Amino acid sequence: MKCVVTGSNVKVLGKAVHSLSRIGDELYLEPLDDGLSLRTVNSSRSAYACFLFAPLFFQQYQPTTPGQDLLRCKILMKSFLSIFRSLAMLEKTVEKCYISLNDRSSCLVVQLHYKYGVKKTHNLSFQDCESLQAVFSPASCPHVLRAPARILGEAVLPFPLALAEVTLGIGRGRRVILRSYQEKEEADSTTKAMVTEMSIGEEDFQQLQAPEGVAITFCLKEFRGLLSFAESANLPLTIHFDAPGRPAIFTIEDSLLDGHFVLATLLELDIHSQDQSSSEPHQQARSTAHQDNFASDDIDSYMIAMETTVGSEGSRALPSVSLTPGPQHHSNPGPDSEEDEDEAEPSPVPGTPPPKKFRSLFFGSILAPPHSPQGPNPVLAEDSDGEG
Amino acid sequence: MKFRAKIVDAACLNHFTRVSNMIARLAKTCTLRISPEKLNFILCDRLASGGVSMWSELEQENFFSEFQMEGVSAENNVIYVELASENLSRALKTAQNARTLKIKLTNKNFPCLTVSVELLSVSSSSRIVTHDIPIKVIPRRLWKDLQEPSVPDADVSIYLPALKTMKSVVEKMKNISNHLVMEANLSGDLNLKIETELVCVTTHFRDLGNPPLASGDTPWDRDPAEMAEVCVDIRKLLQLLAGQQVNPTKALCSLVAGRMLHLHLLYEDVSLQYFIPARS
Repeated sequence: MKCVVTGSNVKVLGKAVHSLSRIGDELYLEPLDDGLSLRTVNSSRSAYACFLFAPLFFQQYQPTTPGQDLLRCKILMKSFLSIFRSLAMLEKTVEKCYISLNDRSSCLVVQLHYKYGVKKTHNLSFQDCESLQAVFSPASCPHVLRAPARILGEAVLPFPLALAEVTLGIGRGRRVILRSYQEKEEADSTTKAMVTEMSIGEEDFQQLQAPEGVAITFCLKEFRGLLSFAESANLPLTIHFDAPGRPAIFTIEDSLLDGHFVLATLLELDIHSQDQSSSEPHQQARSTAHQDNFASDDIDSYMIAMETTVGSEGSRALPSVSLTPGPQHHSNPGPDSEEDEDEAEPSPVPGTPPPKKFRSLFFGSILAPPHSPQGPNPVLAEDSDGEG
Repeated sequence: MKFRAKIVDAACLNHFTRVSNMIARLAKTCTLRISPEKLNFILCDRLASGGVSMWSELEQENFFSEFQMEGVSAENNVIYVELASENLSRALKTAQNARTLKIKLTNKNFPCLTVSVELLSVSSSSRIVTHDIPIKVIPRRLWKDLQEPSVPDADVSIYLPALKTMKSVVEKMKNISNHLVMEANLSGDLNLKIETELVCVTTHFRDLGNPPLASGDTPWDRDPAEMAEVCVDIRKLLQLLAGQQVNPTKALCSLVAGRMLHLHLLYEDVSLQYFIPARS
């Protein structure tokens, strides 16, 4: 494989590597006939990302050297990232970037041609690997949301960098709501975090195909990674999603490249505890109710029904906390943990925090032996990790 | 107990953001006291964690276009809540180009101070960010610990030099010593001094001026050249100096020899009092 990237495309490539580096520690590089693909998956296999650079992206693109099979390789993200570390410098000083992969050298060679004839060659040792391919199909997702990356970028701006997950949903009046996700146990403790909610009107979206009340929760860090790429490339971002627990697919497309991020979404296991009105869509709907009267709210609707007379401090104790029977369900995960989520979860006890559950995405082809019955099944497998 | 307030003016919003940033730099958690005329940010550190206290005050009508509140009762028309000051400052950060900002006391899943911001956007659509800052409502029996601290009779009061200058001096002294001795007299001299086994460094400021006595006060009964001194934790002093983004219109320092340092900073529409106990 041999390819040449020139001019500002070097920065685009670098930017893509930066956003991939937010996900995985290893980079899978695979030259295909329809372009060069860069892929990664995170260690818990709950996030997968893939960029495909079309042959037109390159000044020269040769997926195979004559008389050779298609090669693919796996390299350390860290070492590949270090080549593209400073994007500002790349843009200013690099004129060309050669990437070549061949059998003989057993190295992935990345050569940067700087101004004034300076050349920098990186030889990265690699491992052979199977093709990394997550099984997903955007077409099977019933809900679609599409907006310019800038809009979504501004939408996640108010959230703190340390925030792990965010809930995306459609609220009343078809407003798109982003809300910081709080674990239930966290919400019960005394050190609560600030909850931030962003509400954006439908008009800002190019496509909004989802009914009111749907909501998914996913990792913000990975999403920010793709967003920063899409923002710099000034591309619209499409989010395909389904019910909670099913993966959400984030895509960007251009004539020269496309990017797919597949992120696991949080499976809310508290259907039985809906009487607590704490399931995510409910929360969404409730908080939007507050929002709707932003212009005309009445002071009487915002009242703290809390007495602060002398000695009232005891009344602040949450009664539901005392009912919590402790970690009884988690004490013996046992060897049968593969299926026990169905038995353990529907606990009738209110106030028991449901464990956080991201479903792993399953990658058949890289792990399974060749005779594995794993076909091109569009269904993602159940989480096999148990709850550890 | 009810509270709702609104800011529509960009300049007021800016001021309020600046105040909250300043508070966030001085105190991790603070108490917000809401009364019909004033907002106070209060810090009352326990002695174990340094014993610093802070009392900052702003007139609500200088900031808010609407301000409604109802305290615990008619005779106690006040609300005291405790919050993480960083949360407020972070919430206001997103309000930088806001059309309207609203602050209100709400009880969603827990009691909170809700800051909602209507953002200006290029398109016609409205964007709303809501921050629910968790708060603790402070019961009435604890209010007595959160009153405006009284200042004991000072030995010497003196105007401070530009805080930026002071900050750069104190910053360097911090590398050498943990404690700083502040000395001042009634003829406008102020010394910042550190002493270690190896070195003694003193920075002298002259002609700073002493505030005139209010009529009725007992006149200073001391030699104008005699220094009063207070030894304080250098980090606490630096915290105050580093937290000031704008130079105050007036900065006054009162020394109560051997007991405490009282710093009083006056801005256009905010006043900040900061008390650092003397090191024993």
